[in-house]
Formats: sequence, structure tokens, C-alpha cells
Amino acid sequence: MRFVFKTSYDTDIRLFKHRAQATWYALLLLLVLATPLYFVAIGDAYLLGEITGVLILAIAGMGLMLLTGHTGLPSLGHATFMALGCYLNINFLGAGVPWLIAFPLSGLIAGVLGTMIALPVLRLHGVYLALATLAMSILTGDFVVIAEPWTGGIAGAAVPDINIFGIEINRYSTPYKFYYLVLFVAILLVWFYRNLLRTPTGRSFTAIRDSEISARAMGINLTRTKATSFFLSATAAGLAGALFGHSAGYVTNETFDLVMSITLLLMIVIGGLGFIHGAFFGAIVVGIIPVAIANGRSFLATTFDVNINVPGLESALFALILVGFILFEPMGLYGRWLKIRTYFELFPFYRKDMFKRQKSYLKTDRVQ
Amino acid sequence: MSLLEIDNVTLRFGGLVAVDAVSLTVNEGEVFALVGPNGAGKSTIFNMISRFYDPAEGSIRFDGHDLLQSTADQVPGFGIARTFQNIELFEQASVLQNLLVGRHRHRKTGLLSNIVFSPNAYREEVRHREAVEEVIDFLNLQAYRDKMIGGLPYGVRKVVELGRALASEPKLLLLDEPASGLSVEETQDMAFWIEDIQTQMGISVMMVEHDMGLVSAVSGRVMALSDGKELATGTAAEVQSHPAVIEAYLGTGEISKTGTSRA
Ligand SMILES: Nc1ncnc2c1ncn2[C@@H]1O[C@H](COP(=O)(O)OP(=O)(O)OP(=O)(O)O)[C@@H](O)[C@H]1O
Ligand SMILES: [Mg+2]
Repeated sequence: MRFVFKTSYDTDIRLFKHRAQATWYALLLLLVLATPLYFVAIGDAYLLGEITGVLILAIAGMGLMLLTGHTGLPSLGHATFMALGCYLNINFLGAGVPWLIAFPLSGLIAGVLGTMIALPVLRLHGVYLALATLAMSILTGDFVVIAEPWTGGIAGAAVPDINIFGIEINRYSTPYKFYYLVLFVAILLVWFYRNLLRTPTGRSFTAIRDSEISARAMGINLTRTKATSFFLSATAAGLAGALFGHSAGYVTNETFDLVMSITLLLMIVIGGLGFIHGAFFGAIVVGIIPVAIANGRSFLATTFDVNINVPGLESALFALILVGFILFEPMGLYGRWLKIRTYFELFPFYRKDMFKRQKSYLKTDRVQ
Repeated sequence: MSLLEIDNVTLRFGGLVAVDAVSLTVNEGEVFALVGPNGAGKSTIFNMISRFYDPAEGSIRFDGHDLLQSTADQVPGFGIARTFQNIELFEQASVLQNLLVGRHRHRKTGLLSNIVFSPNAYREEVRHREAVEEVIDFLNLQAYRDKMIGGLPYGVRKVVELGRALASEPKLLLLDEPASGLSVEETQDMAFWIEDIQTQMGISVMMVEHDMGLVSAVSGRVMALSDGKELATGTAAEVQSHPAVIEAYLGTGEISKTGTSRA
């Protein structure tokens, strides 16, 4: 059991609650920094590319987590913001803008455009907002086709390489540099995200998520706060989209489709809604499933001579996992981890209902 | 000096006149109580002050501001804080975080300085925590400081909601049935707190309450409402013995001088 004695306000404000926690995160940082060494040693960087892909997904996931997990606004259209970021980045780079400017600018413009698209629908609640963003997602592919001069339409567009002060970065020729670049962006965004959550802006997001009426009664402007959340969320998705482009090398009207939007949403639910960790856990699951299925297939084929070739197996498995989570672990993977950790920390005092949400105080529909 | 002036306010829900030409004033430093049977329109008056509802007629002024020209989220900025009849807390947050949201109207840093956690943002955070810590000490919430709202007993939630309102350092505190559902001891604590809020913090209080014991103990003036109309205004004793009030409560058995709390 661990007791954290609070001796100053800093105890709550600091990034890490106690030294042991800081140590764990330092170790994790060391691990992710050292990961490429392993791939250098085995001389094959293919899997590192997959890990980089997971990090990119996690960046987009953080964007959606802020909006859905922390502000309580569902979006089925985040692939659209990824597309915006990706194509803006391609066009800026094509026009000769240095990557260091093109990349953040693409994210910010995606954020602004995203907010402009979202403003009229932000007044909508729950399922209506989900439907509006869903419609947006469905239209994205068509818009990419219409905007052919900038997007290459159906034929697609090649994504230029990254160039930072003369250092060329390409997913295939310099996978290690690309990994570190994406890792840097991811860590920077995690830091921003943590800062938000420990300051008034982040608290106003979670306030809106938990009770709009109370949030207003505390002086929080709903429209402005939701728009801010949407802006930050779409910016992160835009940045992820730009990186995704660099990772894919080539993007078409089918790259940022509805499936991607839905995958992002499933990802953060599986990972654990309302936790930054959830975005990463979810991205890992989404990254692992295809690899696991491919491996499982070849294992069955080589050892038992069974060939399974069911189309849509991936999505089906994914859906199954999701239903499982919603039924048995609504707090997601991170929630499961929290429970396990608390179990050991409090051993032997853990109670089964410790994480149960109280539902005994029903609210009537009217304002009281 | 009157702080809140409600003048001839009427609000209808379809055909139902929930509040019918009600006028009242709350003076600086007083505890003003609204009483009346269920459905009298008490919470509706609160919701008009909070600007959740728009009155069809009348005016509401607070401390030199025309509240009807303002939106709900501007009201706390003038110095009005409130609690809700059916506790409205941020369920998936800790007690500390709930109280910190109460500080929202005092925030001075913007998005950018929050994102990079600038020295200003840090200093502001420390200030907010000092203020919240005072509220926690005042209401004896130390034991629950880091607990999630979802797991707290009803009585504690009521206190947390009071704390969140106090954290905003209001001039006027609106309490919608602060003692409903509380035990006798908890109701007594609530009475002491309301007295301290008035006398030590200098905050004016307007409250809706069914528990006449609590009402007589803490309030200066009392207004009785029924079916949206004013029945009587005066001291607790005057209002309780007023014929119109007795008639309105006839058969409901709700008004009582003993003041045991309604479950
Ligand atoms: N949003 C609404 N829509 C329609 N009718 C409403 C609404 N809110 C309140 N009412 C009605 O207005 C009347 C006054 O309600 P109000 O909530 O103000 O009563 P109250 O005096 O607070 O009663 P209680 O002691 O039960 O809380 C009631 O008849 C109620 O049914
Ligand atoms: Mg009421």
C-alpha cells in the first residue's frame, strides 16, 4: 500500500503524483527511445514502421479522446480532419514551404476548418452530432475527388519527403529518423494534453462532459468551450493525418474513409474513454489485430494446412472485441489496468465495487 | 441596500403559469427564504435568476446588472452561485476538481498559457487551490478531497455542491433545498454553515427550503409562494401563521414548526 502525503499544492499540480510514478514513466521513455536499437540489431525495420504507425494512430486518437473522452462530444468524422491535415501538408510542401512550417500549419488550419464545419452542429446533442459528423465522413471521399487539382483525385497524390534543415526523412529509407520524429510529436502532444487537464481549460471540458447545466451555472460558455475542444481535437487529427501521409507515401480518395473514422472511435473506447493512456492502448490494439490475424492465418496454414480466407474477418473480430469491452469493461483497457493496479496497491483491502459508478440518483428531465 | 431585485416576473410553461407576477428583493447580507408546497414555482424562480428560463414579463436586476440581458454563463461572473435541487455535480471527477470548476469565473489565463503550462498558469493554479483549500477546511471535506463524486454518499454530495458554489466567492448564494434528504445532524451542520456564510463571509443567501426548522433558524425574511403567486412575506413566524399560507398547506401537512427534515 502506498500513501501519498500531500505537503504542498504542488502535489496535485505536478505531472507525477510520486517519485515511483515518475520513475516508471522515465523507464517507459527510455524504452521507447531505445526501441530502434533492437531493430538496428536484427537489421530489419519493418516492425518499427508498424510501431510508428501505431504512434500516428495514437496521435489521432488523442485528438478524438479530447473531444469524446473529455468533452463528451462524439465524432464519427475524425478521418476527415486527418484528410484535411494530410492534403494541406502535401500542398504546402509542394509549394516549397519548409516542413517545419508546413506541418504545424496544416494541423492548425485543419483545426480552424474543422471548427468552422463543426460550429453549426455543435449545438446538436449526442446522436445528432454523431450523425452530422458521420455525414461529413461519408462525403470526404467525394470532396477529395472534386478537389482533384489539390488532391490528385482518384489517381491519388504522392507525399513529398520531410526535410528538416537539410535532413531528409522518409519512412522507408530512414525509418529510424521517422520513428523519432513521430515519437517527438506524440510526446509533445501528451505533454500539452496533460497541461490542459490540470488547468482551467481542461476542467471546463470535463465539466461540460459531466453536466452541461452545472457547467453553465459555473460560468462556462458552452459554445465557445466546445468549439475550443473541437479546434484542438481537429488540429491533433490534422497533424496525425499529415504524418499518416508521410507514412503511407501515397494517398487517394479512399485513404481517409468512413472505416478509418469508425476505427478511431472504437480505438478510444477500447483503450478507455477519458484517459490519455486510452488513446495509446487503443492504438496498440488496432495495430496488433491485423498482425495477429495474419500471423494466425499463416500459423494455421503451415501447421494444420487450414486456409481461412474469410473476407471482413478483421472488421468482424474488431466488432466482437468492441462489444466485449462495452459489455464487460466499459472503462476500457486502461480501466482494467487501473483496477489491477489498485488491487495490488490496496492488497488485501480491494473491494469489488470500488470502481462502480453510482446510478442511484436519477435525474428528472426538467431543470431543477 | 438591495442586491437582487425581481420585479413583477411571470413565466409560463405552455398553459401553466408557473410564476405569476412575483416581486421580491434580497438585501445585502440577509438570508432570504422561499417556501411553498410542491410545484409552487420556487425552483423556477431560481432558474430564471440563473437565466436557464426566460420570463415572459418582468425584470430581474442584480447588483446594477440587468440579468435579462445576460446569458446563463455570464451570471456567475456577476457574483451569483447556486446549488441544484437534484444535485448536479461533475460525477466523473474528484471533489477537488469539482470545487476547482467553481473557480472558473476567476480564471485569468487563456488556452495558450494553459497548454504550455506557463508560469502564469502555474501561479494561477496555486491561487485557485489555496481558495479551494479554504472551502474544504470550512466544510470539513478533507477526508473526501480526492474521492470521486460517483462513490460519495448523498449527504456528502450536498456539501460538495455547496462547496463548489462557495469556491466561486459569490455575493449571492442560491440554495435549492439545501437540507432535503439530509439527516437531522447533517441539517444542523447545514444551518451552522449558512449562518457562517452570512455572518463571516458576508455572502447573501437566498434559499428554497421545506424544512421550517431550518428556515426559522437561519432566515431573516421568508416569502411563501403557492401556484406561482406570492402568499405572504415576513419573518418565519409571521409567514407560518398567515391564514393564506395555512390554507395553501392544508392537508399537505408539510409546514411544521418542529422542523424535522423531510426525507
Ligand atoms: N421545464 C418545465 N416544463 C414544464 N413545466 C415545468 C418545468 N419546470 C417546472 N414546471 C412546472 O412548473 C411548476 C413549478 O415548478 P417548480 O419546479 O418551480 O416547483 P417548486 O416550487 O420548486 O417545487 P418543489 O418543491 O417540488 O421543488 C410545476 O407545476 C412544474 O411541474
Ligand atoms: Mg423545486
